[in-house]
Amino acid sequence: MENLLAVAGNAGPKVRSDCEISLEIRSGGGIEIELVSRVKALYGESIKNEIFSILSFYGIENAVVRINDSGALPFVISARMEAAIRQLQKTDLEYLPGLIPENCYSTERDRFRFARLYLPGNTPGLMLNAGLHLAEGIILDLEDSVAPQKKDEARILVRNALRNVNFYGAERMVRINQGARGLEDLSYVIPHNVNLILIPKCESAANVIEVDNEIFRLKKRHGQAGNVYLMPIIESALGVENSFEIARASENVVAIAIGLEDYTADLGVPRSAGGNESFYARTRLVVAAKAAGIQPIDSVFSDVGDMDGLLENVKVSKSLGFEGMGCIHPRQIQVIRQGFSPGPDEIEKSRKIVQAFETARQQGLGVVAVGTKMIDPPVVARAQKTLDLAIRLGLLDPDRINEVPA
Amino acid sequence: MAINTVINAAGREVPLEINGEPVIPFKGVGKHRPEGRKYSSPIPTCADYPDDGNKVVGSLEEALRRCGLRDGMTISTHHHLRDGDLISNRVFDLASEMGIRDLVWFPSASFPCNDPVIRYLEDGTINRIEGSMNGPLGRFVSEGKMKGTAVLRSHGGRVQAIQDGEVKIDIAVLAAPSADAFGNARGTGGSSACGVIGYAKADFMYAGKVIVVTDNLVDLPCFPMEIEGNYVDYVVVVDKIGIPEKIVSGTTQITKSPDRLLIAELTASFLEKSGILRDDVTIQAGAGGTSLAIAVFMHQIMKKRGWRSKFGFGGSTKYMVQMLEEGQMGYILDAQVFDLDSVRSIENNPNHVPYPVFNAYNYHSKGNLTSMMDIMILGATEVDLNFNGNVVTHSDGYLLHGIGGWQNCLHARNVIIPVPLFRDRIPVIVDRVTTLCGPGELIDVIITERGIAINPLRQDLIDSVKGSGLPLKTIEELKYEADKICGQPQKPEFEEDIVAAIKWVDGTIIDVVKKLKL
Repeated sequence: MENLLAVAGNAGPKVRSDCEISLEIRSGGGIEIELVSRVKALYGESIKNEIFSILSFYGIENAVVRINDSGALPFVISARMEAAIRQLQKTDLEYLPGLIPENCYSTERDRFRFARLYLPGNTPGLMLNAGLHLAEGIILDLEDSVAPQKKDEARILVRNALRNVNFYGAERMVRINQGARGLEDLSYVIPHNVNLILIPKCESAANVIEVDNEIFRLKKRHGQAGNVYLMPIIESALGVENSFEIARASENVVAIAIGLEDYTADLGVPRSAGGNESFYARTRLVVAAKAAGIQPIDSVFSDVGDMDGLLENVKVSKSLGFEGMGCIHPRQIQVIRQGFSPGPDEIEKSRKIVQAFETARQQGLGVVAVGTKMIDPPVVARAQKTLDLAIRLGLLDPDRINEVPA
Repeated sequence: MAINTVINAAGREVPLEINGEPVIPFKGVGKHRPEGRKYSSPIPTCADYPDDGNKVVGSLEEALRRCGLRDGMTISTHHHLRDGDLISNRVFDLASEMGIRDLVWFPSASFPCNDPVIRYLEDGTINRIEGSMNGPLGRFVSEGKMKGTAVLRSHGGRVQAIQDGEVKIDIAVLAAPSADAFGNARGTGGSSACGVIGYAKADFMYAGKVIVVTDNLVDLPCFPMEIEGNYVDYVVVVDKIGIPEKIVSGTTQITKSPDRLLIAELTASFLEKSGILRDDVTIQAGAGGTSLAIAVFMHQIMKKRGWRSKFGFGGSTKYMVQMLEEGQMGYILDAQVFDLDSVRSIENNPNHVPYPVFNAYNYHSKGNLTSMMDIMILGATEVDLNFNGNVVTHSDGYLLHGIGGWQNCLHARNVIIPVPLFRDRIPVIVDRVTTLCGPGELIDVIITERGIAINPLRQDLIDSVKGSGLPLKTIEELKYEADKICGQPQKPEFEEDIVAAIKWVDGTIIDVVKKLKL
C-alpha cells in the first residue's frame, strides 16, 4: 500500500501562533513525531501528547507526523491535525476542544453593532487577542480572506476558535462562503454557539431563506435553543434592488450590510473616496433596513493607516443613517464607535429640545421653541432617539435628562 | 570540581567563587556596604607624553603593542556604536594575529555585529566575556562552550565593578565619532555620530591604558569633550569606526501591533488615573516600540492637561525630542541616543544634555538620578508571582539579553513593566523566574493586555486607582489566565555547571545561569 501524505496549516518566517503539520499514514512502523518548534523546551511534551491523543481518537496507529510550530495553541494544533487527517480519511468524527464557559452567551437582536472586526479564518495569530479591542462583533471569515485551497482547514480552525478562544463578550460572527459551500460551512459553526451568520453577496430573499432553513435544521438536530441571527451583505446591483425583500426575508435578519468593493465592481466603476457612485445604493440600503426595522451597516474603510479619513467616512455614514461599519484593523474600532456615538454637543442639544417640549406640553402650549427655532414633533422624536442612544452607551445619566442646564 | 555554594538573601543558590575570585552573595537591596577607598589607575607622568600633545600613532595594532597587550588582560569597549561597531571585533582580530590568549572582554554591551568574536572564544584568544550577551553569543554561553564564566552586570554595576576594583581594565579601546590628537573626544560630528559616548566614562578614568579610535580627527580642542585627553595614552585614526545606518536608526518607530498599542494605551491611562503622571513629573522610558508608544500617549495626555515634565532621562528618541521641542519636557538628560532626530537635538539644543550612567546609575555614587525618576517604563522576559523580574534568560533557559540599565532603573519611584501576557505561547508570568535579575520589592506594576497587577507592597497605588475602571487583577489571576490559554509549560533542564553569574547593582551575586541540558 502506498503511503498517504497530507499537509495542513501554515509555517514561514512571518507566521506566528500557528503550525504546519504534514501527516503520512503508513501501513506499519507505529507513530513517529518530528517536532520543530520555538517553544519545544516548554511545550514539546505537551504537543506530542496532543498529537498522540488525536491519532488515537481517529484510530491511526501507523503514521509519521512532522510539525513545524511557531507557538500554536492546543486548539490550533488539533485543528491542523484534524484537517490533515480529514484529507486522508473520510470521517465525520470531530476532535473538539472544550467549549469554554466564557463563550456560552447569546446576544440581543437590537444590540449595538457599531464596529465588527473581520478576522481571516485561517490565521490563528490574529484571533487570540481580537476580543480585547472591544469591537461589538468579531467576524471569523471563511470567505474572501481565505485562499481557496485553505477553505477546508479554515472551517475546522474557526470551529475550534468559536469553542476555545475567549472573545470577551463580542458578538461571535462567522462569514460563510456563497452557495453550497456556505451551507456546508454552517454545519461546522452552528453547533458551537455562533451568534450571527453573515451571508456574503446576497442577492435575494431566497438566499437568506436557504441559509435560515439550514440553520433551523442544524439547530434542531443538535438540540440548540440559542438565537443565530443573520446579516446579509449586499454586494451587487441586483442585491441593492432586492434589499427590502432581503431585509425582511426572515425574522432572524437583524442587520444588512453593504460591501462596496464588489458593488462598485458590479457597476463597473472605480470606488472613489467621496463615494458618489454608491450614494444611491447606500441610501437605498438604509431605507430598506429602516423600513424592515433592522440595522443598516456600512462597508469597511480599507486604508488602515488613515484614521482621520476613517472618522470623516464614519461621519458621512452616520449622517446617511447607517448604524455601524465593518473594520479590518483593531485600531479602527474606537474611531468607528466614537464616530457613531452622539457627541457632547449633540446630546446637550437633544436634551434641550426634549426638555423644552416637555415644558411646553405641561403648560399646554401648542408651539415649542428652543431659542428662536421652532421645534416640530419629528425633531423631538429624533432628539429622544439620540438621548436613548446616549443613555444606552453610558454617555448620559438618565436622571440628568431633566436637569436645567447651568 | 565541587564548588561551595550558599543560598543568598533572595533564596537563590550561588557560588562563593567565580573565575577563581571570591564573590559576595546578594544580601538584600541596599544592604552591601563595601569599605576602603576606590580603586584607581596607575599614576602617569606628563613627562612621558609628547609636549605638542600629539598622541596619534600609526595603527590600532601599534597602539595595542605600545600598551603592552599580553595574555590574560582585560580589554574594555563601549557600545555606543551599537550594531554598527567596527572597532571591538578588530581589537580581537589583532590580538589573535599577535598570538595573545585568555583575554577578558569587558564591553558595556554586545550586539549581533559582535558575533564573530565567538571564534576567538573557541580558539582561546578570549577566555570570557563580562558584559551582555545576545543572540548567538548567549546561545554559545548557555551551551557551556565559553572557557571562563560570564559575568553579567547592569550599566551601573559595571561602573561599580570598575570603581571598587573588582574589574581592573588593562586597556580601554574607545571608539569616538570625533577626537583631537590629544585624545579629547565626543559622540557628535563626523560620519559615525552616535550623539554621546558617556558609557566610556569609567573606562577612560580607571583603565591602565586608554586608546581613542576615531574616523574624524578634528583640531584641538575637540569640544565639548566627553572623553578628556588627559586620561588618554594613544589616538588612532581609521577610515571608519562604524556603519552609520546601524549606529542610530534613521528613525525609531512606535509599535504597529494593535495588541502592543493596547498595552501602551492602558499604561498611559494607568499613569494618568493613578496620579503618577502629573505636572513636573520625571520620566524614563526605553526605545522599544511599546515604550515609544507609551511616550506618545503620555505626551498627548500632558498636552491636553497642560502639564510639563521637569526632565526626562534618555536613551533619547524623536518622541522624547518632540516633548522637549513642543514644551512638554524641560530637559533631556541623556546616556545614549537612538535616532537621527535625537542626534540633531543633542547637537543643537542646550536643554538636551549628555548625562553618563556613571552619574545616573552608580552604586558608589553619592546618590543617583534613578531614584529621582517618577515614571520608569521597563521590559522583562519573565515576572514571577513575587514580582521578581528576569531580563537575561528566556523561559527555555537560554541566555539571550544583557541587563543593560534595567537593575539600576528599578530604584525609580514607580517601576512599571508593560508586557504581553504571553509571547508565542510562552507565558511571561511564571511561578519563579528562571533567572532572578531584580527583586520583586522594587517592581511596582505589571501591565498586560489582559489586565494590570499592582504589587501588594504598593497599597498607595492600589488605592489610587480604586474605582478608576481600569482592569485591575492580582498577579495570580493574570498567571491563571495565561496558563489557561497557553497550558502549563514544562521547565528547561540544566546541568550543574555555572555558565554565567548575575550581579546585583552593588556587585553581589543575585543569581547564576547554568548550562542547559541538551
